[in-house]
Order: sequence, then structure tokens, then C-alpha cells
Amino acid sequence: MASLRALSIQDIESLAIGAWILGTGGGGSPYYGLLNMRRLYGEGVRVGLLDAAALADDDLVAVVSQMGAPLVGQERLTDPRTIARAVTMMEEYLGTTFRAVMAVEIGGSNAIQPLMAAALLNRPVVDADAMGRAFPEAQMTSFAIHDLPMAPLTLADIRDNSVIVQRAASWKWMERLSRKVCVEVGSIAATCKAPRTGKDVKDCAILGTTSKAIRIGQAVQDARRAHRDPVEAVLAAEGGLLLFGGKVQDVSRRTTEGFLRGRAVLEGLDELKGQRFELAFQNEFAVGWLDEVPRVMTPDLICVMDSVSGEAVGTETLRYGQRVRVIALPAPPVLMTPKGLEHVGPRAFGYDLEFRSVFSPEGGFSSDAGSAPLPNLPPRLRGQSPRSNADRSP
Amino acid sequence: MKRIGIDVGGTNTDAVLLDGTRVVQTVKTPTTEDVTTGITRALRDVLEQSHVDHRRIDAVMIGTTHFTNAVVQRRGLTRVAAVRIGLPASASLPPFADWPDDLASIVRGEVFMLEGGHEYDGRPIVPFDARGMRDVARRIRVAGLRAVGIASVFSPLNPSCEDAAAAILREECPDVAITRSHDLGRIGLLERENVALLNACLLDLARKTARAFTEALRGSGLAVPLYLTQNDGTVMVADVAERFPVYSFASGPTNSMRGAAFLSGLHDALVIDVGGTTTDIGCLRHGFPREANNVVAVGGVRTLFRMPDLLSLGLGGGSLVRPEPLAIGPVSVGYQLTERGMVFGGSELTATDVAVAAGLVDLGDRARVTSLPAELVKSCIARMSAMIDEGVDRMKTDASEMPLIAVGGGCFLVPSSLAGISEVVHVPHQAVANAVGAAIAQVSGEADQIFQGMTRDEAIAEAKRLAEDKAVAAGADPSRLKVVEVEDLPIAYLPGNSLRTRVRVVGDIASVPAERWDREGSGHRGPSRVPRVRPRTPRDGSERGGLGGLR
Repeated sequence: MASLRALSIQDIESLAIGAWILGTGGGGSPYYGLLNMRRLYGEGVRVGLLDAAALADDDLVAVVSQMGAPLVGQERLTDPRTIARAVTMMEEYLGTTFRAVMAVEIGGSNAIQPLMAAALLNRPVVDADAMGRAFPEAQMTSFAIHDLPMAPLTLADIRDNSVIVQRAASWKWMERLSRKVCVEVGSIAATCKAPRTGKDVKDCAILGTTSKAIRIGQAVQDARRAHRDPVEAVLAAEGGLLLFGGKVQDVSRRTTEGFLRGRAVLEGLDELKGQRFELAFQNEFAVGWLDEVPRVMTPDLICVMDSVSGEAVGTETLRYGQRVRVIALPAPPVLMTPKGLEHVGPRAFGYDLEFRSVFSPEGGFSSDAGSAPLPNLPPRLRGQSPRSNADRSP
Repeated sequence: MKRIGIDVGGTNTDAVLLDGTRVVQTVKTPTTEDVTTGITRALRDVLEQSHVDHRRIDAVMIGTTHFTNAVVQRRGLTRVAAVRIGLPASASLPPFADWPDDLASIVRGEVFMLEGGHEYDGRPIVPFDARGMRDVARRIRVAGLRAVGIASVFSPLNPSCEDAAAAILREECPDVAITRSHDLGRIGLLERENVALLNACLLDLARKTARAFTEALRGSGLAVPLYLTQNDGTVMVADVAERFPVYSFASGPTNSMRGAAFLSGLHDALVIDVGGTTTDIGCLRHGFPREANNVVAVGGVRTLFRMPDLLSLGLGGGSLVRPEPLAIGPVSVGYQLTERGMVFGGSELTATDVAVAAGLVDLGDRARVTSLPAELVKSCIARMSAMIDEGVDRMKTDASEMPLIAVGGGCFLVPSSLAGISEVVHVPHQAVANAVGAAIAQVSGEADQIFQGMTRDEAIAEAKRLAEDKAVAAGADPSRLKVVEVEDLPIAYLPGNSLRTRVRVVGDIASVPAERWDREGSGHRGPSRVPRVRPRTPRDGSERGGLGGLR
């Protein structure tokens, strides 16, 4: 495979679909980014996708994301110039030039941000990210798990406001400082995270995730065209597991500490009638229980998809009556190391559960939730059971 | 109170006269090319046949698919100027960014983008460029454009930029028709702007159509207020409809479901409307259709419309049946059923012929289908039942049993018992459920805003107050308002426990003596604050909506 390949607009359409699925319920819809890319491609701009292996150890890579509230994005939209400016600010600050751009988060709208920056700056996009999915907080990255530095960070606003966080005492402090600035400029800002060397990327990033998202999107599109089941197509393409199929019976949401937290209850359909699946989320889906027993948990990717269209269903768009299927996709190995689990395991989200991947052989989980009886889980997997929904919406 | 409800469909114009809650008279007449003639005829027939004095009629409500069809078929549309206020935000995605090329090439006049707009918390992004707006207004005048759509960033929270731009436009070009996005939509700039532009391009047609309706009324000797039904099962007075034609986009299926609720007396039920070509299945909650949660595209344009959540199946009374291998629909003989169907002397086997052979309904000449193999009839009925069964089950949101109201000309295809259905309810006047739905329409008001620094109860109370104000401004009786929906969604990442709260209220139309209407016109109705449409998020790529070309 060539180390640099030109992305077609069809690739980017697929990327938008796949990234929304890898968003595991959060990350914001990639729609506005996709519209920008369609316009840029219409003007003749092209973006190349670079294999991380092609980076020299001392190449510098810009790691970008748009931070803020997805709802604000629905009004302010997103502009390639802002994210490109965050990158050039960093270059000016460092007095050097980036070889390429990459995503910090492949799940959701941030999958498209590096493409927008790359299009304007005429650099390639590295086929990698630092989450392999979407996560709500800054320290939930493979770079943080590897203890790479969190600073400097540049932040660009649509007006002529630019902020550089030169140092931060910890990842948590970086999150607090940048969040404060982000809120002040309207709860949406383009950021260029701490620069990474080619060696950092090769050693500490999660590789191949851009092409993975494209592949997932293509599987969905191909299935739709052939009138096949798009959910099955994703499972087949990525070695995923079907965990449940049912109807949304109840959703409760609340905002605490700036996050959308909540729970959704699904009631089984067809062969699963009488069974119940409960999902807890903090922006993204974090834990799923089958009949009160933990069935799947972060960092395994928990994706909820519309049963018919295969379209991803976000935690903000889940609603009563939707017919959905819950699937799990394998998490990148770095997230499942002991250090990784400290950052992104169930305890990092406040669930006192011992992480067990649905893909681990000892789990003995059935791969076909639709027909095979589900085995009893070992006692040590029985963690805290779902709480009642005290603040349910009417 | 005596009201006449009229449904102007593609094939038929139906009218019903309601006295209080009693259906006095129903008529069905063919729709005419000019629309007016058909309505005049329907009005004449319903009045003559019921022997009711013209002067005792209190209101006329019309439901029409006229404006939807104009967008879908790209005809009768006016070229518009788009004014976006929000720079430096949103610069890379100008108005018409995601429109189908053919529609954009008809509607896009000029595109202007100016500095201004607001943040989620109400602060200005940058000061509004009033001087630039004056220049834009002059250019619109020079270009000879007659309709303008204005959209400003976060205008549902702070409409001042859109209002200021409209004021400047009125000074510089007093004759242009202006649509402000905050009158129409909720959060979601592109979708709200799309709706404003669609509305602007329909204004000429809306004016002509509303005048034609009014003319038909006057020609029939009726001096009563005219209302047009809108997507959510409520009405707007004709002069508001003239300014907000987009509100009537999905009124057809809504009226049919509301009519079914009224005729059955059920407020929480599933409704199945079996027509000649398709079957629409929807769900009633509190007597109103449950709304779709996804982005609804009209003529290929993403909108935030409040539309009933419908599942459309390619099954109807005119559906063609192919015996080997067994296939039913989606091709249909449609309105030609009475010529091409076997029981009517034709040669094509339709769902209706099978139903007659099975003894489900007595139509045409049964002798013409007695030769059909019993096995075919049986497997056909089983297949149709299975299609309906699956569709009904997909629309259920609850495991408990619910009643199913069957309406429409083909409702004899609905089996008498279905899984998860407590009872299949057939109602009188089911063939004119649409017109009944129009006749019983109420007035609504909706508020959808982000509230900060309030408890959930306070935010809901404030949203309720705003919604009630809007309902009253749209013509509701303030003493008879009812909250039908409360929804709150906390917003991730925003500080201060931000809560997006949406409240919708409905109420009966305030009785207004006809002479007062003539004297005061409609100025006091304050149409700038009419009910809002809802944003939709993608959920389902399958064919939903049952709105023909709407998707």
C-alpha cells in the first residue's frame, strides 16, 4: 500500500458515516465538516492520507480538534480557516513547520477537522488518532496514557482571538484552562494540541483509524445500496459483536459538570422479547447492562445504530420508541492496558466495575444475541447495577 | 359552533360540516386545476345538502398540499435574496449550501453575508453591521428581487439582528416580502435558514392561493374567518398562512390522524390510513400525531419541520397483485381503480379484488372474482395482513396493547385482529377523515429556548409562558390553553446547567364575531409570533414520512 493516498470525496462521505458510528454516541455529527469538504473538493482542493509509518522520527505532527458544545456548532457551523489558524499559530509559536495534521478523536465531528486544516495548509492527514473513538475528556487519549506532555496548546476563535496555553500542571489543568477559554469565546473553539513527533505518533498514537472509519462507512453504504443489513455489514467488516436489538423505552438525561449524562433503557424485540438492556452515558455510551448484569463497558466501543438504516444514534438523539441495535467494536489495545484503563476504563467514568472486554475469550459471550441463549456472567463481572432514573424527563 | 373543514387533495376535494362535535354533512368532489372551483363546489354542496344557513357557519378550515407540491415539483417559486447575519462565524457555508442544484438554480437570487449574530448566552458575536445591511437592501432593490429570507446566528435566542435587518429592508425596499428565520425555526442555523428561504420563495404563490381560497369563501356567501391547517394539526388564520406557507407542508397526514382521533373518540392510539396506493401508519398521543425526530427533507432541502412520524407502506386498495411469485404493490392503479380493477370490469388484479373475493368488502361485481383460486386469495390476504402487522408493530412505542383506528378508502384491508393491538376501530365518515381533521383544528404556540441559571421547573414555567403568549397571538382562546408537550434537554459542555426547554400548548380558537374580523382585519393577531417548527436529527434513512416527494 502506498504510504500516501489521495482521498476522494466518496472516501470523505464514508468517513463521515464511519466517524459518527465510532463516536459511540458522542462527538457531534460530522455533517457540517462534510459540507465544508464537499465545497473544498468542489473548488479542486484535495487531501492526502499518510500512513504513519511514512513519518520520520523527527517530523512534527499537528493534532487538532474543535472543542465545545455540539449544539453551538449547529448555529456557528465550522470553518476550515479557524482550525487551520490554530495550526499556524502553533507553528509560529514553535518556529517550525508541521509535516502533517492528525485527529485527536476519530469519533464524530472531529474526524473531519484535520482534513479541513490539511486542505487549507496543503499538508497530508496522518491515518491515526489518539482515541480510536470519542471520549469526553482531554486526558482520555493514548498520548496521555503514554505520559506525553500536554502543552503547549493553541486555541483559535472565529474573531481575532488567539490563546496559547504554554504550560499546564497536569492534563486536568489543561482541560480546565482550555475549557474556560472555550466557554468565553462562545463554547466553541479550534484547538491544536501539544505537537507530536513522528516517533510519538508511531509509538503512541492509535494507527489506521482514519481508514478504519472510511471502511466502516463504506460497509454501511455498500449494504444500503445492495439492500443488505448495514449493521451486519459493520459487524462483519470490523469483527464486532451484536449485543442487543430492541426498542428505546426510556431516556433520562442531565447535565453535570458540563457533560451530558444519562441512561437509556431498551426493551428486547423478537427473540429478545422480555429482556432488557440498559445503557449509561457520559456524552458517549460508557456501560451497558443486560438484565441488570454488566454486559459491555468502556473502553470497548458501544455503538447504538438504527436497526434499519444503520445510522448511528447519538446520546443526544436517542429517543423513546426508536428501534435500535447495540453493537460492540473492539477497543484499541492501548486503552485496555492497566494504565489505559486508569484513563478510560469504567472506573474513570465512576462505575465500580472490573473491566472485561466482550471480546476477551474468558468472557465467553455469545456472538449472536439474536438467537443463542446468553450465558450467565461470572460473579466477578457483576458490578453495580443500574440506578433508578430519578430525574426522568416527562 | 359550526365549522366547515375542507381537504384539498390531489384527486378529491372533500368537505365536512361539523356542528359542535357532530358530523352534519360530508361531500367529496373532484379537485380542479384552479383549486377555487373545486372548493366553491364543495362548499356549495355541503351547505345545500345540510340545509344550514350560511350565516350560522363560524369558521372554515382548509388543508392543502399545494405548497409542498410546488417545492417538490419546482413550480410557482419566486427567486429570493438570502441575507445571513453572523460573520465571522459560518462564513465557509453560505446560504443554499446543501440545496439540490435544480432547486437552488430556481430560487437563489442573491446571497449576502454580514457581520453580527449572537452567542448561545445572548452576547453579540460582533456588532451588527447595519451600514452593510443598508447597502445590501439597496442592492436587493436594484436587482429587483421581491422576496428576502433573513437568518442570524442564534436568532431563536436573540432575534434583534433579524429584526433590525428587516426594518432596514422595509425602509429601502418597502415592497419586498420578508421572512425572518426566528419566526419559523429553532436551533440549527442551516436548517432554519433553509426553511426561511423556502418560505420566501413560496410567498407569491401563497398570496395567490390564500386569495383564491378567500374568493371561494366569499363566492359561497360566507363571511367568516378562513384558517389554514398546518403540520402539527393546528391552524393559522389565512393572513398568517399567506406569510408562512411552509407551515402547511405536512398538513394532509396530520389532518387524517386528527380526524381519526376525533371520529373514534380515542386520544392515544395508532392510526392506519389505507389509501389507493399507500398505507400510512402513525401514532396519536393526546389526540395529536407523534412527531418524527429526524431531519425532514422537503424537495431535497434539510429542514427543521415538525412533521408527524409516519411509516409509509406501498400497499393500498389499488395495489397490483402478481400471483407467481406472490407480490403485492408497490405499483398501484391508484385513482383508476374503478376502471382497471376486476370487480369494476377491468382486467387487473388488485388488492381490492382480492378483498372482495375474500368477502372482506362488498364492492363492484363480486361475480367477476369468484374464479380466483381460493389458495391465492388466502395467501394474498395473509401477505397483506403480515405487511400491516409488521408496520403497526414498528410504529408502536410501548409493549402494552393499544387500539388501532383504521381509516381511508382501503381500510377493509386491515385485519380485525393484530398482535399488540387491543382493538381495530372502524369509524363512520372514515373516507373524509382528512376534512374532519381540518374542521377540528386548534391553535398552538411553542417555545424552544436555552435557559441558564434556572431550575428545571423555572425554565419550564418560563417556556410555558412564552408558548402561551404565542398561541394567543395566533388566535387561541387564552382561557382554554392546554400544555401538550414538555421536553427538556440538558446541553453538554455549556456551563451553568444549561437546559434546552421546549413547551407546546394548544387551545381552541377564540370566537371572534365576523364583523369584528372585518373591522379590525388581522393586525391584532400579531403573526410575527406564530408557532415554531422543530429541529430534527437524523434517525432513519428508510422511507418514512408518507409525504410523497417530501423526503
